[in-house]
This record gives sequence, C-alpha cells and structure tokens, in this order.
Amino acid sequence: MDVNKYNQETILKFYKEMFRIRTFDNMAAKLFSQGFLAGNIHTCVGQEATAVGTCQALKPGDFITATHRGHGQCLAKGGDPKLMMAELFGKASGYCGGKGGSMHIADIGLGILGANGIVGAGIPLAAGSALASRIKGTDEVSVCFFGDGSSNQGTFHESLNMASAWKLPVVFVCENNLYAVSVSFQRVSNVEYIADRAVAYGIPGAIVDGNDVFAVYEAVEQAVERARAGEGPTLIECRTYRQRGHYEGDPMVYRSKEEMAGWKMRCPITLLRSELLRIYPACDVKLLHIEAEVSKEIEEAVDFAKNAPYPEKGDVLTDVYAMDNKRCVCR
Amino acid sequence: MREITFSEATLEAMAEEMERDERVFVMGEDIARQGGIFGQFKGLPARFGTDRVKDTPISETAIVGAGVGAALAGMRPVVDMHFADFIGVAMDEVFNQMAKIRYMFGGQTTVPVVLRAPDGIIRSAAAQHSQCIEAWMLHIPGLKVVIPSNPADAKGLLKAAIRDDNPVIYFEHKALFAKKGPVPEGDHLTPIGKANVVKEGTDVTIISYSLTMAKALNAAEKLAEEGLKAEVIDLRTISPIDTETIYKSVQKTNRLVIVHEAVKTGGVGAEIASLVAEEMMDYLDAPIVRLGMKYVPIPFSPALESLVLPTVDDIVQSVKRIVG
Repeated sequence: MDVNKYNQETILKFYKEMFRIRTFDNMAAKLFSQGFLAGNIHTCVGQEATAVGTCQALKPGDFITATHRGHGQCLAKGGDPKLMMAELFGKASGYCGGKGGSMHIADIGLGILGANGIVGAGIPLAAGSALASRIKGTDEVSVCFFGDGSSNQGTFHESLNMASAWKLPVVFVCENNLYAVSVSFQRVSNVEYIADRAVAYGIPGAIVDGNDVFAVYEAVEQAVERARAGEGPTLIECRTYRQRGHYEGDPMVYRSKEEMAGWKMRCPITLLRSELLRIYPACDVKLLHIEAEVSKEIEEAVDFAKNAPYPEKGDVLTDVYAMDNKRCVCR
Repeated sequence: MREITFSEATLEAMAEEMERDERVFVMGEDIARQGGIFGQFKGLPARFGTDRVKDTPISETAIVGAGVGAALAGMRPVVDMHFADFIGVAMDEVFNQMAKIRYMFGGQTTVPVVLRAPDGIIRSAAAQHSQCIEAWMLHIPGLKVVIPSNPADAKGLLKAAIRDDNPVIYFEHKALFAKKGPVPEGDHLTPIGKANVVKEGTDVTIISYSLTMAKALNAAEKLAEEGLKAEVIDLRTISPIDTETIYKSVQKTNRLVIVHEAVKTGGVGAEIASLVAEEMMDYLDAPIVRLGMKYVPIPFSPALESLVLPTVDDIVQSVKRIVG
C-alpha cells in the first residue's frame, strides 16, 4: 500500500468512509443475531475498500448499481445510514418504505439504482443507465458493482459486449471475494482472473488489490476518466475477501480457518489505519475522534430505525403501479 | 377516415411519440438498418438518428436490462423483442426487474419501459416463433399488458403505452401487421385498461382480442343469420382487465364465451371465467365456455398447424350449445 502521495485529510476521509461501512455492517450482523431483523443479512465486512475506493472516484450525478452485498456500496455513494437501517428493520421510514429490505436498497436521487437480489442482474441495468447518459449527452458515468459469481452469468457477457460495442460510459467493478456463496471461482471457471475476460470484449482489464483503497481508487479514477472521454468501458477486478459468511449464520464449511486468518491480516481497514499512523503518528487522536463520531452515527441510525413506525396495512397494495394504484387492488 | 396498415399505424405512433418526447428511444434487433422484420420501424433512423433508433446485438437479456436501466436514469425506452417468444431469454429482466423495481424501491421511481412483442401463429414459424404468451405476463404484478386487434388501437395503445409510467408489454400479432384499417391522424390515444364493445347484443357475450377478434366477429355474423345476437368485446388490455365492461355485458347477456389464440389452459380466458364465476354467478344462465389453442407446442407442418386453433365454427357451436 502506497499512500504517501495523499495528504492526511484525504486519507482520513477514505478511512472514515470505510469505518462507517464496517460499523454499519457489524451492527447489522449484531442486530440480526439479536432477532431485530427479518430476512437475511449479507455483510461486506472485509470488502469496504472496493466500495469506497470506487465511489470516491465518482461525482454525485454518477450512477451505481449495487449487489445483494450492497450496504457498503450504497453508503459509499452517499446513502443515509438512518434510512438504510430503517429499511433493514422493515420500517416505513426506510429507503423503500420497508418493501425492499437489505437486498433492494435504492436511492434514485443519489444515483443508487438499487441493490439487487439476482446475481448479475445489475450489470445490464448499469449498461442501460450509461446508454441513457449517452443519449442525453451528459457526462455521467455508471459504475456496476458485481461479484465473481456474477462474472459467470450471461448478463455479464452480454452487457460487456454491448457496452464495449457502443463505447458506453460504464465501469464494471468486480468485487472478487473468491467465493460465489460456497463455490470458489477456480472450481467453476477456466481462467484465473476475471479481468482477463476484458480481452474478449476489446476493453482494458485491470487487476487490483481490492483491500488497498487507494489502488482501487486510482484504477477506477482512470477508468472513469476514460468513460467520460467517450472511450468506453473498463473491467476492474478487485481481489478481496469477505471476512464473514455469505449470510449471517453461514457455517462456512467451504474455507479453512487458516485462509480466513490470513485474509484478516490483510484487513483493508487495519491496513489503512496502520499506514496512516506510520506516516502521520500524531493523527491518532483524530482517528479516535472519527471512530467515535461514526459509532455514534450508526447508534443513532439504530435508534432511528427502532423507533420508526412499521408500514400501515394499506401500504401493502401501493407502489405496484405508478399513478393509478387503485388498479393494483386485489380483485 | 384514411386507411393505413397496422404496421404503419405503429410506425406513426413511434414517430409521434419520439417527436413529442426526446426521452423516448427504441432499440432492438434489426430495427435500424433493416427497419424491423415487419417494416414497422422504417424511416425512423433517418428522422431521429441511430442513437435513438438502435440496432442491438442478439442479447435479449442485455437489451431488456439496459432498457430498465435507461428508464431508471430518466429515459422512456421502447425495446423491440423481435418475436414475443424471445422474451423468455430476458425473463429475469421482465419479471424480477422491470415489474418489481417500483414496489421494491417503495415507489421511489417509475419504470416506463415498453416491450414490443410480435406474437402469434403465422406461416409455419413453428413452436418457438409463434406463441401467444400474454397469460404469463398477466400473472406478474407490476406489468401492464396490451394487445391491439386493429390499426387504430395499434396506434392508440402504443402511444398510451409509451406515455404510461409503468412497464407495458405490447403484444402485436404478426398476421396483423399488413392489415389495413381506418386510423385517426394525430394524437389518437386508446386508454389502457378499457375494453371495447365492438358489437352490441343480448344473447351471449363473446370476449376476444388480437387476431382472434376477426373470428369472434365472423362467428357473431353467422349467429346473427340464425337470429342470435352476440355481444362482442375486444379486451384490448390484458392487464389490468376491464372487469367493469365484462360484468356489465354478462349482466345483460347472461352467457359468456371467451376465445383466444393462446393455449386455453391457464390462459386469459381462465382468469376471466374465474372472475365472472366469482362475481357474476347469479347472472349466468349457462356454463362459461373457454376456447383456446390446444395444449401442445405449435407444430410446423401446415397440415398440423391448422388444427391447433379454435375456428369460427367452434365459436358458433359453443354459443349454440349454451343458448336456449
């Protein structure tokens, strides 16, 4: 990790973003184990650097599509932890009024075109938002987050082909956390690197250390610049690791304790924190302050969510159709 | 009124809506350079440019997905499916994405996508190029489904579909493209969700739509020769179903026949029959009759293909069986 070229303020900003995601998802896991949350929780603990490194290279008007493991991606694009937490609780004040839950958080105003419960489904959506920007003649860029599992879906191949053929302003950011649920990429693919597939579509492919937030940032920044200049998409493979299970309660029989311990040593947050303190030893107080501030923010989000009302019974039938919801009333 | 073909009517609708709203664009296979396999996009690229009239790769999943993504980013895409049968390739995008996004996101956004889906049997296209799949779409909350039977409604429903803020599946029977009929010029809109009582009658209600409307009307003429007055309803919209018009008619005629080209089992007729049985039982003087395609994949040979669909005579005989 080489952070020497960044000033203290920038590094602290990146750190804070990552620490917020970590705190949010650890809290979500805790709340789930305590029975506060319905459904399932897919945390991105260990993968914070890919979301933050990517979104720091974007402008507010840019679009992202997020994955089922998308809390970090949404937070990194500016998602409000209060509204996200309330959504995890299934409350009316949540981002989707409690109708979507963890896997469908969206904030269209912030350009977050939704997390997605279907593996790989966000990829053509991002190609579509990029196509919209092209037709409108704006300089927005779309970033598509997806996992190693998605790279074996048809959506990946069709969308990369189409986006490349049309030179759309989209950046494909693969969070390769090595496992598609329980199956390692190696076992179901005949290539070692997902980024190598870029060759098939005539676009640049980059492999970066997904636990190095600045490595991700630099790769995405370059790809975004290329996209804005009308030169087309880039495929970036961020090699990372999820430290928790696929879902909360996952017995994780598919990977060894040694492997997990090894990756924990390379935790993106620990790495950045120690690098920061090595270069700027005096900023430890600032760090503690940031950590306390973020912890308080997430506590407040939990309080907000806990105290928020549940949706009303009548809400079950609204929002199926635009304008004329009476049409969706069960016959 | 001037007469134009069904295909020309859809072309007029596209051009008028693209003129009216620059967020409207269309993409699909073979639509720009070739003008669509039924000529239904001819001339659009010259008028609106190839950014708004786009030839795509043969990648239905990516095309429909990109349509949804473009809609989320503020556009109003029309996606041509080439053949309705190919919707199957993009089914996740249809039923998990475009239909559900508005609800899943708590009403944060609209998803104004139109899928144009040429359907139906024509010239021995066989099992994967001939199907009518509107009942699938009816089963999915969040979609609207329309299906014109004539050039005027082809124009009116397409314009209404493009202006609708919801995803709309627009089925257009391949055998209708060349059919001529009177079409109003300018802003002609056919309301979505409103059936059309094409012929009034008192003895039986015949509900149909799309190409099969011609058979229903033909049957009504034959019945008239025998003194039976059939009321014929063109459903026009499959979802939401216009129950008001249907119930009103059944209250008057007390008998109901539903006929369509799609497979009878689990079809639109089954839904209408259930609704009427639930709500209008007291008004019925006879069992409801459903007519639809036989429960087989559509065969290739003309000798077999001609056997799978309900005929005019089937409709006439069905009516006679329940009247009197």
